Amino acid sequence: MATSSPSATSAREQSLHVRLMPIIDRYGVLLVVLGMILIGYALEPKVFLSFLNVSNIMNQIAFNALLALGVFIVIVTAGIDLSVGSILVLSMMTMALMAHPEKLPAWVPDGVRASLMTILPAPWYVLILVPPIVGVICGMVNGWGLTKLRLPHPFIMTLGTLNIFRGVSNLISGGVPISDLPEQVRWAGYEKIALTPDIDIPASLLVLIVVFGLMSIFLNHTRTGRHIYAIGGNPQAARVSGINVDRTLVIVYALCGLLAGMSGLLLAGRTNSGFPNAGLGQELDAISAVIIGGASFFGGRGNVLGVFAGALVIGIMRNLLNLRDVPVFWQQILIGIIIILVVYFDVLRRKAGSGREA
Amino acid sequence: MNDTSQTATPTLEARGISKYFGAVTALEEVNLKVMPGEVLGVVGDNGAGKSTLMKVLSGLHPASKGQLFVSGQAVHFHGPRDARNRGIEMVYQDLALAGNMRIDENIFLGREQLRGGIFVNHQANARKAQEHLDKLKIHVKSVSQRVEELSGGQRQAVAIARATAFDAKVVIMDEPTAALAIKEVRKVLDLIKDLKNHGVSVILISHRMDDIFYVCDRVMALFRGRNFAEAQLGQTDRNEVIGWIMGNKQQSTETSKNHDLN
Ligand SMILES: Nc1ncnc2c1ncn2[C@@H]1O[C@H](COP(=O)(O)OP(=O)(O)OP(=O)(O)O)[C@@H](O)[C@H]1O
Ligand SMILES: [Mg+2]
Repeated sequence: MATSSPSATSAREQSLHVRLMPIIDRYGVLLVVLGMILIGYALEPKVFLSFLNVSNIMNQIAFNALLALGVFIVIVTAGIDLSVGSILVLSMMTMALMAHPEKLPAWVPDGVRASLMTILPAPWYVLILVPPIVGVICGMVNGWGLTKLRLPHPFIMTLGTLNIFRGVSNLISGGVPISDLPEQVRWAGYEKIALTPDIDIPASLLVLIVVFGLMSIFLNHTRTGRHIYAIGGNPQAARVSGINVDRTLVIVYALCGLLAGMSGLLLAGRTNSGFPNAGLGQELDAISAVIIGGASFFGGRGNVLGVFAGALVIGIMRNLLNLRDVPVFWQQILIGIIIILVVYFDVLRRKAGSGREA
Repeated sequence: MNDTSQTATPTLEARGISKYFGAVTALEEVNLKVMPGEVLGVVGDNGAGKSTLMKVLSGLHPASKGQLFVSGQAVHFHGPRDARNRGIEMVYQDLALAGNMRIDENIFLGREQLRGGIFVNHQANARKAQEHLDKLKIHVKSVSQRVEELSGGQRQAVAIARATAFDAKVVIMDEPTAALAIKEVRKVLDLIKDLKNHGVSVILISHRMDDIFYVCDRVMALFRGRNFAEAQLGQTDRNEVIGWIMGNKQQSTETSKNHDLN
């Protein structure tokens, strides 16, 4: 950005270091992605960059990327949402049940069952709205809980709802998978869009691009989006500036829930079912993607592109290890190592960056 | 503008303010008023209740008892937004800036200019922020710098810029010079004089007698949450004010009696 003040063009400002830091700051994780792509290409030159494999990776990371995006905006406010995996499964199972009311568990009273049967199964255009709506409701429960009950940290509230939402999901479904969903509902998670007769991209990639794009605009260019960053930077500053911090937090957790619901829709589409173990432990992959993507647990830092890159790093690594037939246990260990290394590099970089002040 | 005669309406007046935090009494029946273009110094020992009183005036804390008046009109603040809308701005002791955000974003936090009713007009905000800083003779490399990259003095300047960006009637400053080097102290104090010359009322909390005696028109002391003494600056001296801070009023002058509010 050009400054209007003429004296501002000091030699110090022109130094490469000062101008380069913000760029590395913002896009450092993209270098990691690039590195992984090169490694992948070196190891599996035929398969890795093939169209099929790339489209595979995209399809596999899509639902984690959406979860991660939700967790990201929560982490920007210096909060945490542990319940996203449970929101995912609850929204998915609710939708599956509304498509297959005959699968309602035995404890449902006959009267209730009979009246539900008169309106269910719901048509596809209703079904497709169910996961996002369930997600928003769950997110608002989190948001209200943590602002109204004044629990000491969002960790507590969402640890509670992690259990509650999964419990409810098992309760209403009887803990059994429900498969077979309408074509239209599966579209986002399953369908491919033909660009040319030979080239098609997964619909989930399109969903990702649109959702990430909208989120980026929201965070960077709307008042509420900027207030989310301000709250993460200094909640007291936000409060004294007249920002309604509690209301903004409810919006943030509701949005996170919305994204978890959409993630459930994608996963249901991909697997053509709702299954009770969906999203189990997935919150940790989502948090990993956010942290690898450069967000800070202390809030106020990170961007949407970083989250996408973080999800990509995990996805590419899983893909590579699968291609090389590396056992799943090693994948876990490697992801752990990558998280620690990426954040460690970040610490080193910040040290170097603040060196001029020391 | 510099007229502080007793007949004019105070820009801001507090009557009988009490503030309790549970069993703790932070303020008891405190009165305060400040005239247009007047700089009021507020002194008192640590824990005397200065910051608490200012937080009541700026809408951050609701008073437990008492009434506030802005230009003679009774007001009730539900939050800092209400106070800001009435032209009362505050520079907090801890500055209350978001270090992860740009200078211009901090200056306009909560009051961003919009484009099309939805999108923040970043260009307009940056331009206005630069103009405002120029007006205050505050120099920064660029308004797009993050506040965490600034020196203590520059941060103080940004906090003051935020408090003055919207034609404030009253600017409250809670120990704005406490963390500054001498040169920067002078800058802040000159800024206060500038505000005064533009008819703005300033309430300055400071432990430094140099500050008080350089810019203030009047000084009042709180002691253990109560009004203790006050005087026009010309009718008191450093030693007396220091005495007030310690809770001494032996030299109790006529002036302080005259200015006691019923
Ligand atoms: N949020 C709070 N909860 C409980 N007690 C409080 C709170 N804020 C202030 N107090 C109490 O009110 C009294 C006045 O505090 P205040 O911060 O107003 O003092 P001060 O005059 O600004 O002191 P200093 O010069 O140290 O800044 C103190 O006894 C303090 O402990
Ligand atoms: Mg104080």
